[in-house]
Amino acid sequence: MLRTFPIGGIHPQENKISRECRIEAMPLPETVTIPLSQHIGSPTEAVVSKGMRVRTGQLIGRSTGFVSANVHASVTGTVTGVDTFVDAAGLRRVGVTIRTEPDEWAEGIDTDDRIVRDCRLSAQEIVARIAAAGIVGMGGATFPTHVKLSIPAGKKVDVLIINGVECEPYLTDDYRIMMERGEEILIGARILASALGVGRILIGIENNKPDAVEALSRLAGVVAPEAEVVPLRVKYPQGSEKHLIAALTGRQVPSGGLPVDVGAVVQNVGTALAVYEAVQKNRPLIERVVTVTGPSVLRQANLRVRIGTPMARLIDYCGGLPADTGKVIAGGPMMGRAVANLEAPVVKGTSALLILPEKEARRTTAQTCIRCGKCVSVCPMGLEPYLLSRLAQKAVWDEAEAHHVTDCIECGSCSWRCPSGLPLLDHIRVGKTEVMRIIRSRKA
Amino acid sequence: MEGLVYTVLALSVLGVVCALILYFVAQKFRVVEDPRIDDVEKMLPGANCGGCGYAGCRQFAATAVEAADLSAQFCPVGGAETMKRIGDFLGKSAPEREPMVAVLRCNGSCANRPRINVYDGAASCAVESALYAGETACPFGCLGQGDCVAACNFGALSMDPETGLPVVDQDKCTGCGACVKRCPKQLFELRRKGPKDRRVYVACRNRDKGAVARKSCEAACIGCGKCVRACPFEAITLGDNLAYIDYNKCRLCRKCVVECPTGAIRDVNFPAPATRPSQNGAAESGQGAPAADTQKGE
Repeated sequence: MLRTFPIGGIHPQENKISRECRIEAMPLPETVTIPLSQHIGSPTEAVVSKGMRVRTGQLIGRSTGFVSANVHASVTGTVTGVDTFVDAAGLRRVGVTIRTEPDEWAEGIDTDDRIVRDCRLSAQEIVARIAAAGIVGMGGATFPTHVKLSIPAGKKVDVLIINGVECEPYLTDDYRIMMERGEEILIGARILASALGVGRILIGIENNKPDAVEALSRLAGVVAPEAEVVPLRVKYPQGSEKHLIAALTGRQVPSGGLPVDVGAVVQNVGTALAVYEAVQKNRPLIERVVTVTGPSVLRQANLRVRIGTPMARLIDYCGGLPADTGKVIAGGPMMGRAVANLEAPVVKGTSALLILPEKEARRTTAQTCIRCGKCVSVCPMGLEPYLLSRLAQKAVWDEAEAHHVTDCIECGSCSWRCPSGLPLLDHIRVGKTEVMRIIRSRKA
Repeated sequence: MEGLVYTVLALSVLGVVCALILYFVAQKFRVVEDPRIDDVEKMLPGANCGGCGYAGCRQFAATAVEAADLSAQFCPVGGAETMKRIGDFLGKSAPEREPMVAVLRCNGSCANRPRINVYDGAASCAVESALYAGETACPFGCLGQGDCVAACNFGALSMDPETGLPVVDQDKCTGCGACVKRCPKQLFELRRKGPKDRRVYVACRNRDKGAVARKSCEAACIGCGKCVRACPFEAITLGDNLAYIDYNKCRLCRKCVVECPTGAIRDVNFPAPATRPSQNGAAESGQGAPAADTQKGE
């Protein structure tokens, strides 16, 4: 019996249409717009101005606090503006726009493909390099990685977990890098482990990717003997930190706590790869793999894309927007967000562009709650979504707090399962935001 | 017969003993409350809307009775009249405040502001604004899901199906501020009701640069500053590409209304459309001079 997390969870159709598409490098776009804030935490401060020429990999946004991440130029060219632009949600953000020229790499970056295995740096040096490279969690949460590696005093970590679960339907970017860049991922994982000072690495991969399990297990025997690849039973949302820890180690992260509280640190496979490139190649986070997929998309693809490339260019490259398009989603169908502006740039956290046809994209009309309790049985956090949604709608914040609305991981299992088509998560998310604001103001 | 006598006797004694106990307990634990609190509470509208900043009418009344004067308190629903009655009753001077009314600072009707995408999520402004900028290119404007209508305790707000915007019924609006608090885009503002209910305000919150704002909405304030220059009373300020009219300084001359190139400045309850004073008295030459509209009885 394969391992998985204990309560709740759902089995949406996998639809990994693009799984056999090898990663291909997307041609450089004419211009890129690189947002100065692509992570959780304080935004960066621009260190370039209009008219300046920048080289690929050069720092353009300096982090302004501990919880912040540097931003680098993803192309060579002339800065045409440091100004507001419209992001994927239609909101105004500040970013650096660069007119692209052929690549000229910034000094000190190793652009060779040869794999460098040895790393003799100390933990502090590794964390410093990761911070300098602006690496954030590549699974989509975009939390600065160097912060996760700085263990608070009094806490002890004994296991590093590498997240290769990719439980979202449609997404295949993590799968592709595991198949094609497995060795670099394992070296990245070893580097992360030595930065944390732990001797045990667990790599969790869902069993719908048996070839990735096999490939990484074989490589682990050669380059990372301390790593163990664990196949997991397929269940959404196994890629959530807390659920992956539960599946692999049986430990439960306490309510309101962090993985460190149970001695674990979780990093995505994409993050491990970015760490390899930052530490071994001195290469900052300027590109990522983005899955472009959907039932009617002409050419499925896993593209290596420079950060700041307009989303529309990716879609054009894959045969253009299908005629029956209803929604373009940045990320997977469960947790991704619909894109309101296709000229918005790909950012560090954009794992996929999912193009859904009208008939699949539309929500069903919401009916009344029939008290069937299906949302309760699928909630992986053991919450009562129907109740939390109701409390949020009625603005009963104290009761919502008492029913642990802040523990919601926003996986969307409740909304997916609801036979009445209720937008449960939409309301819960509003409640969670409001309750968290109240808690913060109480502390202040 | 004898049994009956004993029963009646025993019950009477028990009754008297209980009455005595209750009497002494009532004496011992009596809560002394100023009877005027009840009286003041009866004078208040009893809507418990929270517009005064207190938890409800009773708390407002209790505070009013205890306070040295009423200068810090005002019931927006009852208005100056109620405050004067309470002041007279308590022998304290009541504050004179002009009646306020909520105004919607968005002119982004379906005609002015085309929809560029379709939202099919939960019908709630709070949810929609948490997800993205909205169905139009203006991220500052009304989302039209009607959270304000639900928030209003007085039935003063309704959605206009034609414009997709909420409409304030000024006769029902008490100025409690519930809509101001609820709107996630902060589109409502409490403004002085004005003499003869006339008021002039900038019906826009778009802080984009002029060209961008204009592209997303035809009635957007583009921050051109023409109104600032036209105003003889220095009532208009410009900040973040957006004009704001200070209602304490505004004398309702409507020079700004004529000057505004996009019609973002609205004048309500004026008898005739605003006209340019000079230039052969040609009102029709001024493009975009909006017709004075009324908010009465909607």
